[in-house]
Amino acid sequence: MRVRKFALCLLALAVLAGLAHAQQRNITVKGSDTLVILGQRWAEVFMKKNPGISVQVTGGGTGTGIAALINGTTDVCEASRPMREREINDVKARRGKDVLELPVAVDGLAVYVHESNPVAELSLKQLRAIYTGAVKNWSQVGGKDERIILYSRENSSGTYVYFKEHVLENADYFPTAQTLPGTAAVINAVAKDTRGIGYGGIAYGKGIKHLRVKANDETPGVEPTLENVLAAKYPISRYLYWYFAGQPAGDLKKLAEWVVSKEGQSVVENVGYYPLNEKDRAASAAKLGGKAERASK
Amino acid sequence: MSSTATTGPVPADNLARRRRRDWLVERLIYVAALLAILVIALIFVFVGKEALPVLTSAEVQKETDLSKLFLPQQYGTPEVPLPYVWQPVSEVPKYSLMPLLLGTLKVTLVAMLLAAPLGILAAIFATEFAPNWLRESLKPLIELLAGIPSVVLGFFALIVLATWVQDFLDLDYRLNVITAGIALGLAVVPIIFTISEDALTAVPRSYRNASAALGASRWQTAWRVVLPAALPGVFAGIVLGFGRAVGETMIVLMASGNAAITSWNFTEPVRTLSASVAAELAEVVFGDTHYHVLFFIGTLLFVITFVLNWLGTAVVNRMRRRLTGAER
Repeated sequence: MRVRKFALCLLALAVLAGLAHAQQRNITVKGSDTLVILGQRWAEVFMKKNPGISVQVTGGGTGTGIAALINGTTDVCEASRPMREREINDVKARRGKDVLELPVAVDGLAVYVHESNPVAELSLKQLRAIYTGAVKNWSQVGGKDERIILYSRENSSGTYVYFKEHVLENADYFPTAQTLPGTAAVINAVAKDTRGIGYGGIAYGKGIKHLRVKANDETPGVEPTLENVLAAKYPISRYLYWYFAGQPAGDLKKLAEWVVSKEGQSVVENVGYYPLNEKDRAASAAKLGGKAERASK
Repeated sequence: MSSTATTGPVPADNLARRRRRDWLVERLIYVAALLAILVIALIFVFVGKEALPVLTSAEVQKETDLSKLFLPQQYGTPEVPLPYVWQPVSEVPKYSLMPLLLGTLKVTLVAMLLAAPLGILAAIFATEFAPNWLRESLKPLIELLAGIPSVVLGFFALIVLATWVQDFLDLDYRLNVITAGIALGLAVVPIIFTISEDALTAVPRSYRNASAALGASRWQTAWRVVLPAALPGVFAGIVLGFGRAVGETMIVLMASGNAAITSWNFTEPVRTLSASVAAELAEVVFGDTHYHVLFFIGTLLFVITFVLNWLGTAVVNRMRRRLTGAER
């Protein structure tokens, strides 16, 4: 008797859930941990404006997101690096669809030193030499005769990987690099250490200064400011991407278009990243309107 | 028993009920004990299961195996050879456990050098020399130290202690083996103190009286008579403290700088086994080589503390037999 009642309840629940599901349109967004907070903020604002559409954002890392896109278990893959040729081909092979690449925001990394450090700028080459242990003394890069103390991030961090790929050109960090859990910890450590050097998001803290970074020996050092990052002058900046399998349509298209709209981009700054400049924004918006095209540099 | 003697004979049915209750409680305790052992065994099995692919899976062995974990490799450049490297996130992932093992050993060594003398001497003072009122307040106070969450100790080391140590010793690195070791020592002192204090208190009064009767001073009595008699207990305290120091995570994670350096230099930052697991496991790709290696480290830590405790118990038992003369 009781069992039957229970079963009935269950059935009713299932029907209700089914109805609810039919009404609520689900969009899943998965990937980069760098982007996960921004993605969630976008989802919140978008859902408030579009009741009835539900957007679920999860992290797990760029690799996880790309795997999900290949397997067809996510609608959007968030990535803090461009997809590789092989991965794009995998999506084509498994899903029969071309990948659409949509730059959605810009991220920049600053290099910090103690405010009393006389060194004001370093080239990417010098940074690489410092972080791989080839240069160990500040006097070798125009500073005082002191040992350089390296501060880095934990290897689970996207910033760690990004700095390794773009500045160290995939060389390993020198073993003496101390790994700290977050940009705040790095800033705090450098502020307390006159010989220290660290890297992280472009944030400001007491006791530290941002180095000007030179792309190579000829070019002048560039200050990590909003204008320089947006104008693509600052050498350690990157696009953050959304990837789709095929041209998005319906609600998914609505979401993507909103993300690269002026309104969607205004959310970006609140989270600590940089919005796309007007040219990039227009290019991203155009990609959604036109035919599906292979992303090209 | 004394109550049955005073209230006279117990009615038979009452006695039967009592027996039944006794039986029940006995079983309950038995089950509880079994459960505790079972849980530990299960933890070991599950952690071990995730670690096993390091030894068996061909996929994992492409990237690492036992020789790469423990033996010197040809990493680095010819000018700067690096035989032992922990760089799990890399073009060529490098999983040498030696820097982590050495790091754990170095920090533990510093912690024990600080905590063992401090804990034991404090225990001797509390049992042999302190006036009653002082002893009564000293014990709970030191035991309170054990109640400080390790994250608080780590934070204190990171913000305050690191600056003191760096200024005092004029070191290059703010976070180093010494700082982490001192903070870790603070966590270990109460363990060594409590167990040593119990052992010293348990030494019979007659030993002290006999020693005093022979004309020994209080210090001679404490050092030459009471301490040796309590040695098995004191030793147990040291072993347990060592186990805690090896496994402690939060303090070293915060105060050690977490750089995987292979050297005997105590003024450089250090990365320990436990801190590596804590820092890296959260973001690692499930089922990846890195994931299995971290579980391998977990198993290694488990085995280290297990063997330490077992060795400690064995040595304590031998000492006790020798000291009480039961060996003859």
